[in-house]
Amino acid sequence: MSILQRIVRLILTMIATVLIGTLVTGMLVRLAPGFDVDAQQLDSRLGHESKEALREQRLRNADIAHFSIAYLGAAASGDFGMSLTLNRPVRELIAERFPTTLRIVGLGLLGGWLLAVVFAFSAVLLHRAAYDAATTTISSALLCVPSAVMALLFVLFRAPAQFAIALIVFPRLFRYARNVLANSYAMPHIITARAKGLGPVRVLCGHVVPVSAAPLLALAGVSVSIALGAAIPVEALCGIPGIGQLAWQAALGRDLPLLVTSTILVTLVTLTANTISDLVTCSLSPSRA
Amino acid sequence: MKYLRIFAIVLLSMVVIASLGAGFLSSAGYATQFREAPNAGPSSTHWLGTDQLGRDRFARILYGTRVSLLLAPAAALISTLLAALIGGVAGFVGGAWKRLATSLIDLVLSLPWLFLLITVRALLPLNVSPLTSVIVTFLLLGLLGWAASARVMCAWAGVVRNSDFVLQARATGVRGCRLAIVHVLPNLKPLLFAQFWISIPVFILAEANLGILGLGVAEPLPSWGSLLRELEDLALYSGDLWKLVPLVLLIVVVSSFELLLSRNEVSA
Repeated sequence: MSILQRIVRLILTMIATVLIGTLVTGMLVRLAPGFDVDAQQLDSRLGHESKEALREQRLRNADIAHFSIAYLGAAASGDFGMSLTLNRPVRELIAERFPTTLRIVGLGLLGGWLLAVVFAFSAVLLHRAAYDAATTTISSALLCVPSAVMALLFVLFRAPAQFAIALIVFPRLFRYARNVLANSYAMPHIITARAKGLGPVRVLCGHVVPVSAAPLLALAGVSVSIALGAAIPVEALCGIPGIGQLAWQAALGRDLPLLVTSTILVTLVTLTANTISDLVTCSLSPSRA
Repeated sequence: MKYLRIFAIVLLSMVVIASLGAGFLSSAGYATQFREAPNAGPSSTHWLGTDQLGRDRFARILYGTRVSLLLAPAAALISTLLAALIGGVAGFVGGAWKRLATSLIDLVLSLPWLFLLITVRALLPLNVSPLTSVIVTFLLLGLLGWAASARVMCAWAGVVRNSDFVLQARATGVRGCRLAIVHVLPNLKPLLFAQFWISIPVFILAEANLGILGLGVAEPLPSWGSLLRELEDLALYSGDLWKLVPLVLLIVVVSSFELLLSRNEVSA
């Protein structure tokens, strides 16, 4: 598949995601318990005619197709509705919180990748069974800790939350990175280069990095998805006002417009990251295209 | 590694037996409140102390382990069956069905797992009975966790479909369901087992995350998620380290599954 085809596929997938997401939101909001009840109908100051008008308005919205089209039209103009729990426009809330999430997820990803690459390189280069066992045990133990517990431990230790995301991402990357590097170092041309006396830095920069870069970059998109998923417990439990905390509050308050819109946004970010990593991987290694 | 696996199997068996025998091992029920002894430390009556409401922590851990260890495999079974149905059938049929299934799988996989879980969980009423909340939580895990397994199944079913023995079977006139059941399905079985084992620890951890966030199993029924919520109130240097027992147990059980599944992955 050419790069242009991949970009077209990404755009089509994004459009499909937004369309499906907004339609599902509309339907969910419509089907949520209590949709057809308006608190205003209980207002004793309103007359019979006003209450009838309110009831008719509600009945018009009861048609799911009509409601979904209206919702989609509003969403197309950037109006994702009002948050039911915070009583503010969803668009405004997301614009306010998104930079915070991008910052902590970005720093967490950077930390996770640094840890994974450093430990993977050292494990492969040192080639010591004890060191290999120690790094594998640490990464396996971290894999067995739920993200929410990791966040709680960071709250207890008063440590920066982005490191929690780094420790959640690290074990998932480490195993793969170590295997990729170990396979690269076992390639015949790299063994020959080492046998000819090339220094470790030249072997690394000249031979290992070009071979390992493509498979490692292929994991970049997946790591974004892992980090964004980890953002919910980390932000919720560490009290960071980001998209993750917003989604959690929305879930507890069954605030569907806010919840589904934030999920769509996060999905779009993940899709973009996946496609960028895919495009870079293909340009580095055309045989994988 | 062989001894480690044996150790993991023994450990898991002990945990399962202890959780199934919770009624015999613990004198108190998971919801029984000892109102005179809230937040008590370990004693001969309460081996791991009591929680804020005076409930025996040991009993709650045993019952919670039972809930998580019985229902996570049930959810894994649902997700594996769905993966076999969607991925396996698409891979076997091929063509447009495969492209459609692959697009659907890609779309589901691009949704961050926890975002998807809490979104769908929020659609369902949160103030339900404890039993309903358990069923809803694990059913949700099973119904939403199929995509990664389906991708593997789809790829492998495609490989089996194009293999020589299937071609030979087609040449002898075997078609449709008979071809799928007699020739393709037996070759997918090892992969199905591997996906089933891989899903169990994933679902245990997902339930724990949901529980800590207050979207999992409802009180007073315990699960690892709801037991770990107690860590929110844990002052690390207070010396109440017995409160960490559920966390240690969770790590031990999930590690044991990780050790076991390496063998299944290899055999697959």
